Amino acid sequence: MTITADPPPAAQAAGTPKRPRKKALRTTSLFAHGEPMVWLTGGSLVLAVFMIAGLLGLVLWQGGSTFWPGAILHVELADGSAYLGEVASKSSFAPEESRLEALSDEVAERARTELEANGGLVDRFQLRTENFELTNVHYRWIEDYHVLDRSLPEWALLVERNTWGRFYGTPVAFRLDGATIATEPDEVWSRFQEHHDKARARYHARQSLETHEIGAVNRTLEDARLHMRAAELAEGRDSERWRRAEAAYRAAEEEANGAFTRIRREIDALNTENGRYELVLETSDGVEKALALDEVVRIFPANQLGFGGKLSVYLSRWWEFLTADPREANAEGGVFPAIFGTIAMTLLMSLVVVPFGVLAALYLREYAKQGTIVSIVRIAVNNLAGVPSIVFGVFGLGFFCYVIGSSIDEVFFSAKLPNPTFGKGGVLWAALTLALLTLPVVIVATEEALSAVPNSMREGSYACGATKWQTIRRIVLPRAAPGIMTGMILAIARGAGEVAPLMLVGAVKLAPELPVDGVVPFLHPERSFMHLGFHIFDLGFQSQNSEAAKPMVYTTTLLLIAIVVLLNLVAVWIRGRLRRRFQSVHI
Amino acid sequence: MTITPHGSLKKAPPLTIPPRQAARLPESDAAAGGLFEAIQRGEAFETVVHEATRGEKPVLEVSNFNLWYGEAQALHDISLVCPDGKVTALIGPSGCGKSTLLRCVNRMNDLIDSVRVSGDMTLNGESIYTAGVDVIELRKRIGMVFQKPNPFPMSIYENVVYSLRIDGERDRSVLDEVCEQSLRGAGLWDEAKDRLQSSALAMSGGQQQRLCIARAIAAEPDVLLLDEPCSALDPIATGRIEELIDELKGTYSILIVTHNMQQASRASDYTAFMYLGRLVEFGPTDEIFLQPRLKETEDYVTGRFG
Repeated sequence: MTITADPPPAAQAAGTPKRPRKKALRTTSLFAHGEPMVWLTGGSLVLAVFMIAGLLGLVLWQGGSTFWPGAILHVELADGSAYLGEVASKSSFAPEESRLEALSDEVAERARTELEANGGLVDRFQLRTENFELTNVHYRWIEDYHVLDRSLPEWALLVERNTWGRFYGTPVAFRLDGATIATEPDEVWSRFQEHHDKARARYHARQSLETHEIGAVNRTLEDARLHMRAAELAEGRDSERWRRAEAAYRAAEEEANGAFTRIRREIDALNTENGRYELVLETSDGVEKALALDEVVRIFPANQLGFGGKLSVYLSRWWEFLTADPREANAEGGVFPAIFGTIAMTLLMSLVVVPFGVLAALYLREYAKQGTIVSIVRIAVNNLAGVPSIVFGVFGLGFFCYVIGSSIDEVFFSAKLPNPTFGKGGVLWAALTLALLTLPVVIVATEEALSAVPNSMREGSYACGATKWQTIRRIVLPRAAPGIMTGMILAIARGAGEVAPLMLVGAVKLAPELPVDGVVPFLHPERSFMHLGFHIFDLGFQSQNSEAAKPMVYTTTLLLIAIVVLLNLVAVWIRGRLRRRFQSVHI
Repeated sequence: MTITPHGSLKKAPPLTIPPRQAARLPESDAAAGGLFEAIQRGEAFETVVHEATRGEKPVLEVSNFNLWYGEAQALHDISLVCPDGKVTALIGPSGCGKSTLLRCVNRMNDLIDSVRVSGDMTLNGESIYTAGVDVIELRKRIGMVFQKPNPFPMSIYENVVYSLRIDGERDRSVLDEVCEQSLRGAGLWDEAKDRLQSSALAMSGGQQQRLCIARAIAAEPDVLLLDEPCSALDPIATGRIEELIDELKGTYSILIVTHNMQQASRASDYTAFMYLGRLVEFGPTDEIFLQPRLKETEDYVTGRFG
C-alpha cells in the first residue's frame, strides 16, 4: 500500500481551495510510539539488575564455596621436592625466556613443548601448602612443567589448628605418654578419634577457667581496689573509710591469690592430661611433626570423604563460623562476636534514630510554620546525608567519646581514671554516631509519610474537636507508620553496612567481651565491639595471611548481606502488617 | 477588582432594591448591567432577607462577617440567621464562598495561616470569634461532614466514638451506647452492627459518608455542618443521606452547602443564595424557589444562570 499525503488529483481538479484538510492514513512515527523509550528504560533496568545480580552472585558463589573441602593434592617436582596441599587457584602466563633458560634441560624442554601447544602460555596452579611454622609460606605457585607426578594420597590429612594455621600431612604415629602406641594410618586415626573429643573438652574447660573464673576473681579484686581508690579520692588516705576499704582490699587480695592458685592447679592438671597425647604427622618433605590433640580443631582425611563426609565438614565449618570466636588473627574460626556486635549496634541505633527522627520530622511537617527557615532546615538535613561518613566518625569520637564520655567518667567512674570507661569508643557511641548518620534518611522518609496522610483526615479530626496532638497521635502517626517503617528499613540498611565511622568510635579487631553478657549489669554499652563490616576490612587488608583470608572476606560479606536482609525482612513484615490495617478500598 | 479590607466598599452608593420587587430590577440597574455585574464591580448592596426568617429562634447568627485570604476578600459583610432545629441550605455558583462561610462556623479556617476575618458569629448567643473562645470546645459543639467521606484509618467503632475517645471516655458501656445510637441516627446500624471492629476504609462511599455523619452526631452537637455531603455519592446513596437529613432535622440544626438545586429544595427549610462572597437572598426554601424576589435568584435556581 502506498500512502501519500498529497490530495488526490481529482480533488485538486475540483478547485475547492478551502476544504477541511483530510488526513492521509499513515503509520505513527517511531518516536511518537515511544518504542525507543521502552527499550531505553527497560535496558537501564536490565543493566542495573545485571550488576546487582552479578555482585550478589559473586559473593554468594565465593562465600558459599569457601568452606567446601577440596582434595589434597600431592605433587612431585622435577627438582626432587614434593608438596602436599589444596589447589587454591589456577592461571596461565607467558614466562620470560630468561626464566626458561634457568631451568634444567629436561624441564625446559617440557616447558617449550607446552608453550608451543598452548600458543605461548603455560599453566600454573596455586597450592595451599601451609605448615607455616616449618616452611614460612602459606601458598606456593607451581608451574605445570615442573610437575613430575600428581597423586591424591589416601591418608593425607587436613588439620585445622588453634594456632599456626592449617597443617597438611600424613599420619605416622600416635603417642601416649611419649610412647608410640600406633603407627599404621588407620590405627593412628582410630586412636586419634578416640581421644580427640575428650582432649577438646579439657581444652574448653581450660579456656573457661582462664576467661570466666579468673575473670570473676579479677573483677572482685578490681572492685575492691576501686572502692579503695574512691575512698582515697573522697576522703583521703587518713580517713577511716579508706582504712576500711584498704583492709577489705587486702582481704580480697588474699582470697584472690588463693583462688588463683586453685585455678592454676586445675589448669595445670588439664594441661598435663592433654600433654599425654600426641599425633605425629609427616609432611611432604618427610619432616615429622607432633601435634597436641587439644590444639586440633578439626581434622579429616580429605581424599577419603564422599559427598556426605564433605557436606558434614562443610556444615561443621559453617556452624563454627556462625557460633565460635575467631582464631588465627580472625582469619579462621567464627565471627560470632562480630555478628552479635553488628546486630546489637544496629538495633541500638534504630532504637535511637527512629524516635528522634520521627519527632524531628513531626515538628518540621506538622508544627513548624512552612517558610524560609523550615526550608533551610530541610535542605540542611538532606545535605547531612551527603557528608562523608568518616566525618561523622570524627565527630562521634570528638563529641561522644571525648566530651560526653569523659564527663561521664569524671562524674561516675573517677576511681577508674586514668583508664577510660565511657571516654573511649564503645557500642553506645557507635550507635549514636550511626544514628546521627542515618537521621536524614529517617527524617526524609517520615516527612514523606506524613505529607502523604490526606489533609481531609486531619480536618475530620479537628472538626471532631481533637487538638493538634490528638490528631497527630491518633490519626496521622498510625496512618504514617508504614512510611516511617520504610525509613527505618533504609536506616538499618545504611547503618549496618557502614564501616568507616565505626573504626573511630568503637569497632575493634578483636573484642574480648560481648556488649551483653551475664556479668552485672548485663548490658555494657561502654564496651568496644566487633562488627562484620570492620571484620571484612580487617580480613581483607590487615591480615598476615591475606591469601587465606580472601575467601573469608566473601563469606563474611555474604553473612553481612544476609543479616541486613534478615533485619529488613523483619521490618518489611511489620510494615506489611501495619499496611493491612489501613488498607483502603474506596479512597 | 481592588478591595481594601474593612468596608471601604460601604462608601459606594448602595444598590437599592425595592423590597417587593418581582423578579425585575429597575431600568437604571439594568442599564448598569444587573446585580451580578454590580457585585463584580465591587459595589455594595443589601441582602434581600425574607420576613419569614425573622420569627424563628436562632441557633447560629452571623453578623457583618468578612473574610480575607491574604489580600483577597472572600466573604463580604454576610449577615445570616440559622433557625434552631431547621435545615438551612447555602446555594450559589462555585467559588461564591459557601464552603468558606461554613468552615468559619467551626473555625476550621483558623488552620489556614493567611485567613483574616472581621465581624462575628454567635452560637446560641455565645460569640464564636471573640478572644478567649476555646476553639477545641467550640468544635465539639459543632459537627461537620465534608465533601469527600473522610473516615479515619481505624475500625468503624473507633471512628464513631472518636470524639468521646479524645475526651478521655473509657467506659465501655457508654462508648457502646453512643456508638449504637449514632449509627442508628445515621441509618447505618443495620449494615454495620456485625462489622464494628473491621476497618472503616473497607466500606462503600455512601456508607463512609453516613459513618462520618454518625461520627459528627456522636458528640451531640448544637449544629451540624454539611459541606456538599453528597457530591461524591451516587443517586441512591444521595437519597439515603437526604432521608437522613430529614430524620435529623428537629434534633439538630443543620447548615448544608449544596450545588444540587433539587437537594436544596427537597431537604432544606431555608435557603441562602450567595454570589461572589455576598449573600444575595435569604428566605424560606419555598419562597426562594417559587417566588424569589430577585431575578438573579430565579435565574440561578431555575438553571438559567450558573
